[in-house]
Amino acid sequence: MAKLMDYDRALELFEPVLGFEVHIELSTKTKMFSDAPNYFGGEPNTNITPVDLGLPGSLPVVNGQAVRYAISLGLALGCSIAPTSRFARKNYFYPDLAKNYQISQSDEPIAFAGSVEVELPNGRLFTVPIERAHMEEDAGKLTHVGGATGRIQGAEYSLVDYNRAGVPLVEIVTDIIYGAEADAPELAKAYVSTIRDIVVGLGISEARMERGNLRCDANISLRRRTPEGEPPAPLGTRTETKNVNSLRSVERAIRYEIQRQAAILDDGGTITQETRHWHEDTGQTSAGRPKSDADDYRYFPEPDLLPVVPSPELIEELRAALPEAPAIRRRRLKAEWNFTDLEFQDLTNSGLVNEVVETVAAGAAPAAARKWWTGEIARTANAQGVDATTLVTPLQVAQLVALVDAGTLTDRLARQVLEGVIAGEGTPQQVVDARGLAVVSDDGALIAAIDEALQSQPDVLAKIRDGKVQAAGAVIGAVMKAMKGQADAARVRELVLERATALPE
Amino acid sequence: MSEITQEQVTHLASLARIALTPEEIVSLTSELGSIMDHVATVTEVATPDVPATSHPIPLQNVFRDDVVGQTLTAEEALAGAPDHDGSRFRVTAILGEEQ
Repeated sequence: MAKLMDYDRALELFEPVLGFEVHIELSTKTKMFSDAPNYFGGEPNTNITPVDLGLPGSLPVVNGQAVRYAISLGLALGCSIAPTSRFARKNYFYPDLAKNYQISQSDEPIAFAGSVEVELPNGRLFTVPIERAHMEEDAGKLTHVGGATGRIQGAEYSLVDYNRAGVPLVEIVTDIIYGAEADAPELAKAYVSTIRDIVVGLGISEARMERGNLRCDANISLRRRTPEGEPPAPLGTRTETKNVNSLRSVERAIRYEIQRQAAILDDGGTITQETRHWHEDTGQTSAGRPKSDADDYRYFPEPDLLPVVPSPELIEELRAALPEAPAIRRRRLKAEWNFTDLEFQDLTNSGLVNEVVETVAAGAAPAAARKWWTGEIARTANAQGVDATTLVTPLQVAQLVALVDAGTLTDRLARQVLEGVIAGEGTPQQVVDARGLAVVSDDGALIAAIDEALQSQPDVLAKIRDGKVQAAGAVIGAVMKAMKGQADAARVRELVLERATALPE
Repeated sequence: MSEITQEQVTHLASLARIALTPEEIVSLTSELGSIMDHVATVTEVATPDVPATSHPIPLQNVFRDDVVGQTLTAEEALAGAPDHDGSRFRVTAILGEEQ
């Protein structure tokens, strides 16, 4: 267990300096350089062609759709699109690719020099500088067999499935990020979340972190603060944390590394430049491979592929088709829905903005849509440990809201109906019918119950007649109980007061 | 004569996972130097207005439509494999990590 420094103390002594590499798997139909299906899963080694195995005589051909997606993403990141970009071979020896090299882009990436505006949970806006976005291919999947834990150390052999080899990737590399300060962990999360929103908005990736569609390597170093008037200290040695597979992990990993590095530096130690692995279960990172000769990838231009020279017309066509940028969209929605900063921030943090958009589009009032998604639905999702979006559809939520608006359901009944919808009992209306949950709007039935309650509590009846209206609560409670909660409390109250005077002495 | 050093050859050999004897390092250092010199003659005819190229034929933008084609079966894929478990390639234990 590494020694950790208190987070606030670490921030007093050091300035965190960040950098991110985010890999996006593109959702094309076929792979980057072969016409094998872009589908990772199924029987091992079935979604492959000779190109994916690097068999002699096979030649890669660039997937035109992947190039269009990469250009769109570059534009959405505010990047310039290179008039000419080239593929390169990145040479390394590891059997996750059969060729002993990965086709990537080195000094001529398709997109470069952009920026992304990110909004932090505390409302701070931060501009993350983007150095480049380049195209490359994903690697195959290795399973290590033998040894105690199925990890590399101690493995007797490894099994390789190349179904994922050749899946199109775009790698987004930020410039060095200064100035995040104590918000560094939140910035990391917000940045990856924004990238996810962008690629989902573009429709170019499934962007599911838990499935590896979107992967983040987080670089961080600490720079010692110097007294005012003195020159800044040089940048510290950085570590690169890999294997961060959720937004929450990105945030936690950055916080952990700040505390770990600060403790080492404050003790007079030095940071080893290395990759570190994030462990979700323990919330720690562990040392991986030190950066060394192995990082000399001997890039050279890929002789089997030709330069990519997108026409200005194509670039402008793709630019015109870009969806609204997430930051601008958020501002527009907040104004349209008339939410407070806090309300909108809650919603953004819940990751359910799109669900509310769709629920509103299906007819619900924004406030009601927000209330259900961030309230009951989010709570249920949390309790079940699943994604809220898998529980109900925006249309079902809108239907539920409509039933409440129409007076068919009270909030309390609506929660029961929601429970039924989540349990797969059908649409809200079907659940209402099947469970008999609608509000009793038949005044006759209500009056009968009220009269009975009033007559069984003559002292209460007397108090109401004396003008002590608050005493009616006891009767309302009894009536609601008699109606099994399926009555509108406000209507019951009205009727109770009416009946109290109407009943014979 | 190009300035290829024995250190560079040793470094390259280690990157390429090729075991070289001290004698081979000496001879390769001289041979690689000659090759570099030979290739460098190109610079004698290249003028500043000739852009560097990565391909002998001036083609660009050769793309494939995003349409699924024929794939291999696992049996076909594994046919040339030195070792496999019936569906996956089997490789010797690997020291180091995924890239």
